[in-house]
Amino acid sequence: MINESMNLIMMGRIKRRRRFILVTSLLAIIAFALCSTMLMLGNTIYPVSDVIRVLLGEKVKGASFAVGTIRFPRMVAGVLAGFAFGVAGHVFQTMLRNPLANPNVIGITAGSSASAVFCIIVLHASNAFVSIASIIGGLATVIVIFLLSRSTSFSIGRLILIGIGIQAMLNAAISYLLLIGQQHDIPTAMRWLSGSLNGAKMENLYPLMVTVLIFAPIIIVLGKRLDMLELGEQTATSLGVATNKTRLVLIISSVLIIALATAATGPIAFVAFLSGPIAKRLVGVGFSSIIPAGLVGIILVLASDLVGQFAFVARYPVGVITGILGAPYLIYLLIRMNRKGDL
Amino acid sequence: MNHTSVSENKQLHLPKNFIKVLILSIVLLGICVLASLAFGSRTVGWNELMDGLFHPEVQSHGANVVRQRIARTVFSLMCGAALGVSGALMQSVTRNPIADPSILGVNTGAALFVVCGISFFNIGTASQYVWLALAGAIITAIVVFGIGSMGSGGATPLKLVLAGAATSAALSSLVMAIMIPRSNVMDQFRFWQVGSVGAGDWNSISLFIPFLIVGILIALFTAPALNALALGDEAATGLGVRTGTLRLVSAFGGVLLCGAATALAGPIGFIGLLATHVIRLVIGPDLRYIIPMSALSGAIILTISDVCGRILGSPGELEVGVVTAFIGAPILILITMKAKMRAL
Repeated sequence: MINESMNLIMMGRIKRRRRFILVTSLLAIIAFALCSTMLMLGNTIYPVSDVIRVLLGEKVKGASFAVGTIRFPRMVAGVLAGFAFGVAGHVFQTMLRNPLANPNVIGITAGSSASAVFCIIVLHASNAFVSIASIIGGLATVIVIFLLSRSTSFSIGRLILIGIGIQAMLNAAISYLLLIGQQHDIPTAMRWLSGSLNGAKMENLYPLMVTVLIFAPIIIVLGKRLDMLELGEQTATSLGVATNKTRLVLIISSVLIIALATAATGPIAFVAFLSGPIAKRLVGVGFSSIIPAGLVGIILVLASDLVGQFAFVARYPVGVITGILGAPYLIYLLIRMNRKGDL
Repeated sequence: MNHTSVSENKQLHLPKNFIKVLILSIVLLGICVLASLAFGSRTVGWNELMDGLFHPEVQSHGANVVRQRIARTVFSLMCGAALGVSGALMQSVTRNPIADPSILGVNTGAALFVVCGISFFNIGTASQYVWLALAGAIITAIVVFGIGSMGSGGATPLKLVLAGAATSAALSSLVMAIMIPRSNVMDQFRFWQVGSVGAGDWNSISLFIPFLIVGILIALFTAPALNALALGDEAATGLGVRTGTLRLVSAFGGVLLCGAATALAGPIGFIGLLATHVIRLVIGPDLRYIIPMSALSGAIILTISDVCGRILGSPGELEVGVVTAFIGAPILILITMKAKMRAL
């Protein structure tokens, strides 16, 4: 009898593991396919052989420049940013136990956009300086919002409302800066309002790459504890999780990778918000869906960028496409949560 | 004997402090008007001010500056009044302390329609903006209220705010998508997007007046019934109020007011929130007094903010939408921090 039920549990576990592996590898394959498409597709379409030769460092007439200097950095930027947004968004949603919690809500986006726009329009600063300023701005905003919403008891509702208040101020500042800016600065500034992979250069991507390589593994390792945190403070403690320490490490890691990703590509709307739920639905319960969330993030960014580049007469930055895709889902989610009475 | 005292009570039950507050507000209003006429990139003296106002024959430079500023001042008073009343209406319709056109995303709805108008129909004048922005505001308000009031518990502040923020995010993606390929639209739109009363002239005032009158009349007529609504839907129904119709009519009034103001001045946030909260703190919850006083305090706050913007931003000016956001958002945060979360 006991053996039988043990068997059942084991069977279920094996089944879920099989599903997890299957889904993750499928997502990885799709992401890889999108990467290759991004390298091949453009005004001139290069065959796979040319692309591989460029990547191996050979000189190919035409392709070396188009693929090596333009498309490859663009692809890398998309992959890194998508992964960062996906992973960090998932961490926030799981940790705060609310699908609405995402970097937009806690103000990273508004903070880094506002300081970037300020540096472009008022200080006419160089690219590197703008990136650093946007990282600092984003982090400062998060800290302010967390400090303000700290109270006797932490409440996600209060955090969200305060975040909205702070963002209202930052957005007013952004509109004002756009108004006083000179016309030739405006397009550069707009990039910071809707994320874009245009003009990505390898040398600007190294900080993001290093941060992702350091902090993403930390988050993945802590993934199991994250799932326990989702069970609630007390359960997690009794399962042996140092809740406060874990939470702090997770928050710092994900805020950092999001801030750097935002500095590299601008705020790509809704990727952080969409990836987690999609990955969770695909993977199901029982396994940490951090890596799948990151892969979904990559797929969303690359696919939206391809759509933005080639599907319309005008070229849209990737943030606009993800925004249009993500907004209806956000509203759907709100409606569903309201119906269920989760808010 | 008994009967007369009851009816007396009914008519003369002024909130305490009401007279004092009224007098104070009127004095403040006067100061605001004078300040708004006097300050700016060229500050005029008292004599010039008087010349400009009362001696049409004097043609000094200062006097002409004052005459130019009259329209702007009147316009900002009207916008402030409209936004104040609209805030009071929305807050009582939703029984929600933080309902404000900017928080509920109504402004973004108006913005989307204006952008569409500029891009697709080559619309460039205020009289045409109005109708578009109004339509956008009304549609967005319906959607946001609809989403926010689903589920149990009706439209709680948190649900409404989230619905507003989500709708705003959705609509601003659309605004971006329309605007990015068209740099000329972006150039026009960025001037509209920062709320400013600087463009106020007699033309826009005359456009505004009908909306203001209709909206305020609706507010005044629905005020007693809204008082009953504050007791809860069931109590209000018991008192003979048709809650559905009442909600519809007063929400329409609120959206009309803020939609028209947004259309003409651009999105100016937080006036409704500020004006109503200050007044409610001082004179209590009776809407029959709150509504006219909100109009007054809204006008005062907006005009003061405008004057501050002109002083801070001189020699240019800081648009009033920026100033109100920086005053209003901290107030929102304070309300949130004070509120018990169960109430949200």
